[in-house]
Amino acid sequence: MLLIHCPWCGPRDEDEFANGGEAHVDRPNLPETVSAQDWADYLFMHDNPKGLLAERWVHSFGCRRWFHALRDTASHRIAATYRIDETRPDIAS
Amino acid sequence: MTGFRLLQGGDAIDRNRPLDFRFNGRAMTGYAGDTLASALIANGVGIVGRSFKYHRPRGVIGSGFAETNALVQIGRGDRLVPNMPATLVPLTQGLEANSAIGWPSVRFDLGRVTDRLSALLSAGFYYKTFIWPNWHVFEPFIRRAAGIGRAPSLPDPDRYEAAERHVEVLVIGAGPAGLAATRAAAGQGLKVLLIEATDRIGELPPSVAALRNTVAIGYYDGNFITAVETIDAPGLRQRLWKLRADQVVIATGAFERPLLFENNDLPGIMLASAAQAFVDRHGVAPGRAPLVATLGDSGYDAAFAMSDAGLAVRAIVDGRKPGEALVAQARARGIPLFSESRIVRATGNARVKSVVIDGAAGRSTLACDMVAMAGGWSPAVQLFSQSGSTTRYESSIGGFVPDRAAQAVHVCGMAAGIFDHAAAIADGHAAGVAAARGETRAASVFPATPCDPALPPATGNPKRMFIDMQTDVTLADLRQATAENYRSVEHVKRYTVWGMGVDQGRLSATNGVAALAAIQQVDPSKLGTTKHRPPFAPIAIATMASDRPNGALFRPWQHLPSHDWHIAAGAVFEDLGYLRPSHYPRAEETMAAAARREALAVRNAVGIMDSSSFGKIELKGPDAGRFLDLISLGRPSTIPVGRIRYNLLCDELGVLLDDGVVTRLAHDHFLLNASSAHAARVRSWIEDWHQCEWPLDLVTRDVSEEWAVLTLAGPRARKVLIAAGCDDLPESADWPHLSFCHATLGGHRVRIQRVSFTGEMSFEIGIAAPLAGELAKRLWEAGQSSGLVPFGLEALDILRIEKGFVHIGTDTDGATIPADIGWGRIGRREGDYLGKRSLMHPSANCPGRRQLVGLLPLDGNLPLQVGAHLATNKPRRSEGFVTSSCFSPTLDTSIALALLADGRKRHGEQVTVWFDNEARLAQVTSPKFFDPEGTRLEGNQSDG
Repeated sequence: MLLIHCPWCGPRDEDEFANGGEAHVDRPNLPETVSAQDWADYLFMHDNPKGLLAERWVHSFGCRRWFHALRDTASHRIAATYRIDETRPDIAS
Repeated sequence: MTGFRLLQGGDAIDRNRPLDFRFNGRAMTGYAGDTLASALIANGVGIVGRSFKYHRPRGVIGSGFAETNALVQIGRGDRLVPNMPATLVPLTQGLEANSAIGWPSVRFDLGRVTDRLSALLSAGFYYKTFIWPNWHVFEPFIRRAAGIGRAPSLPDPDRYEAAERHVEVLVIGAGPAGLAATRAAAGQGLKVLLIEATDRIGELPPSVAALRNTVAIGYYDGNFITAVETIDAPGLRQRLWKLRADQVVIATGAFERPLLFENNDLPGIMLASAAQAFVDRHGVAPGRAPLVATLGDSGYDAAFAMSDAGLAVRAIVDGRKPGEALVAQARARGIPLFSESRIVRATGNARVKSVVIDGAAGRSTLACDMVAMAGGWSPAVQLFSQSGSTTRYESSIGGFVPDRAAQAVHVCGMAAGIFDHAAAIADGHAAGVAAARGETRAASVFPATPCDPALPPATGNPKRMFIDMQTDVTLADLRQATAENYRSVEHVKRYTVWGMGVDQGRLSATNGVAALAAIQQVDPSKLGTTKHRPPFAPIAIATMASDRPNGALFRPWQHLPSHDWHIAAGAVFEDLGYLRPSHYPRAEETMAAAARREALAVRNAVGIMDSSSFGKIELKGPDAGRFLDLISLGRPSTIPVGRIRYNLLCDELGVLLDDGVVTRLAHDHFLLNASSAHAARVRSWIEDWHQCEWPLDLVTRDVSEEWAVLTLAGPRARKVLIAAGCDDLPESADWPHLSFCHATLGGHRVRIQRVSFTGEMSFEIGIAAPLAGELAKRLWEAGQSSGLVPFGLEALDILRIEKGFVHIGTDTDGATIPADIGWGRIGRREGDYLGKRSLMHPSANCPGRRQLVGLLPLDGNLPLQVGAHLATNKPRRSEGFVTSSCFSPTLDTSIALALLADGRKRHGEQVTVWFDNEARLAQVTSPKFFDPEGTRLEGNQSDG
């Protein structure tokens, strides 16, 4: 079971969290104006690397806040967690 | 019947405390400190169980966790514990044990006939044979003949609990290396927890916490370890520990390997370490005429221990040429030594009688009644492997040792392949220091005590050379699997069931890899070993469940705030998260009859319903309207204060998520109602978009459980409200359908929303939840003269289907967009909102979309089946399906809602409804069966 450092509550068991998929997927600013292809990319074409992936997590059974985690999809090691309004830290896998 | 109790010795037992027990119904005695295994051997029991497939007789082969044969059932009735290795069962007064396999008795087992048929029962036999005509024809026979143990059929009366602990250093195993590691880590000032599977722990520094009788069973991500502590006290049987450690030291020792030869599974043949433990710890002789076969130095310890206990050791058969010191010691004890020799066959029926050895001195037969096998040691790398770490084959010890650690874990002592006592202690100390400092250690140095792998002999019947005794996998099975091109150890394991028994291959894994490597003519390092998975040892299912509430607390009933009033009103409840009234039957009334009566009462008089389970989310702040516009299809920011509007929520695909009404309580204050089924999801949905995409200036608050809502619906609803004492209601004209007001009822402030899910004039009266029961009673008494009836979900379903009101998720599926249910217009508004771009896609507006329609079956007496397909005849193809259906008492016919391809253009058409090979005809109509103009919402035609 992962130990996840919630930016607001500190290290807590994975049980308390839910995963929200890939992070930093930018919603088009004016969706009406984007092409069908770009809209489909936003909806469906997400990254699936072996290695570090920035993910959204929510502390469902805690502060209910969404935040970011940089997780290695192969080893499950979490390299960093950071607030939802922060940008991805510069960490190489 | 050759084992017996020695006159002296046995440091674990107390000869002054005899204990009575029963095995397979026979009364026996042992001593305090015995295990069931040692007591059985002391009582001369040779056959303890039968093997899984061939039902061959089996005796005790090991000690502690290293037992694969002697599986027993302990206790009876509600305290029956199946599949316990006899070596792990402490003897207690009155213990009752039975063989896990053996019918009609363990000494005469009819299943033994399968042993004679073993030529037919090779690897993959079941897969290959029982495919035709149908596995289920054979299953009852096979289930009865196979399988190990029986599960108890009564509820478990014992208590189990779970506990959590966080430590800096967790040491698993209190052997010499584990103790050294514990002392070293504690010496560095760290918080150390030591867990040990037995009750034996040496002296510890006072700062160290220790758990005895505690077995680590699982190693997960984040250095999270589960362990089971056996307490067996009245009221508490086992405790599940969930341990989180900064650093872990594994000192779990090693398992001795059996040898491979024909009939190596006969009772009387056991591991040398087990034979030595029985003599030293329990004062039990495993036989009168023992013989020791070894591939390394360790077998000599057992030979000398048995000899020193007064047993006449028949021979030591050493696969190598032993060192001079060992030769001299054997000679001093008068034990004949056969060097560079191996056993090729054992003979005997119910017990080993003699062995055939082959070697430097030629072939000879030696009589014996017990064989101690020392096939080398395999480090117990199970937990290390579970942690995600890798192992590698170390040829000098003929086994797998820890390689790369995936987590903060250190392995030491025999578990790391260091078998020398002093070296293991030094290794443990170094591991403890490294753990305390968070350092990584250099790899262990090999070999301390080299040993060859236990390779199969060149001669003998491979169908009687057992690799995995518990699952009856033989050398012949591994050969066959290879011949059929199963190469990977993981594939061979699953094809042959090698290593898949209760002991998870503890004794068979390494021997199997060595044998497979020899068969495939590759180095064992190329094959690797199978991945280890939790649990390391079998645990009670109740223990696994102990960290969750069970019984009445497993999923507590959720009661509506006025639950007691519903009971008094005669409600029958339905479990929908909340227990909600489904109907209120009178006398012998059926559910259908009650629902029709209640629905008619709402149409003709007035009904009362509990709507408290709806989701209620308040959004407040300068940006509340703007935010609601972004997540909704309607445009809540344009709702006038005091008014209410129907609203839809879509996801980014444009697919309907939920519907509900939005009430504008004040300029910057909105109340969003979500349907009961989707309340939790809508709440999370709003949080997600507010926090992650649009952090606008508003706060959201879920007030679902703070407010109770009672709904009065029907032409006389207003009359009941006034009779209940609500005299400050606005005039009807100032307070139309889809608006709200505050009022006073019984001295309490209430909020009344004019919203209708029945099509009748309707008042949803919101009140603080604790006051709901009192309000229900007041309304009920006030409504008696108006013919007020309570109505439940069944009646509500009839009323809303008559009106064509959808349930999102019932009348829609994962492809339904607003236009499909007739809400295309509100989707074409200005500004951004969730799903808008998807709804602009041509696929959202193309022919063939399934749209909501009504169906009137030509035979109106019988409702259509929900889920029935609307199909064309030639070719038969589904064009949609029935989503909701009922008999309408108002219209006196069956009606249904359905999703039908291009349905809106097809009103008036006839369609065929298929269900269970039966075709019925129905006419496509508008989904609004009753009062399509909504004239009844103001109750004008009523006497209200």
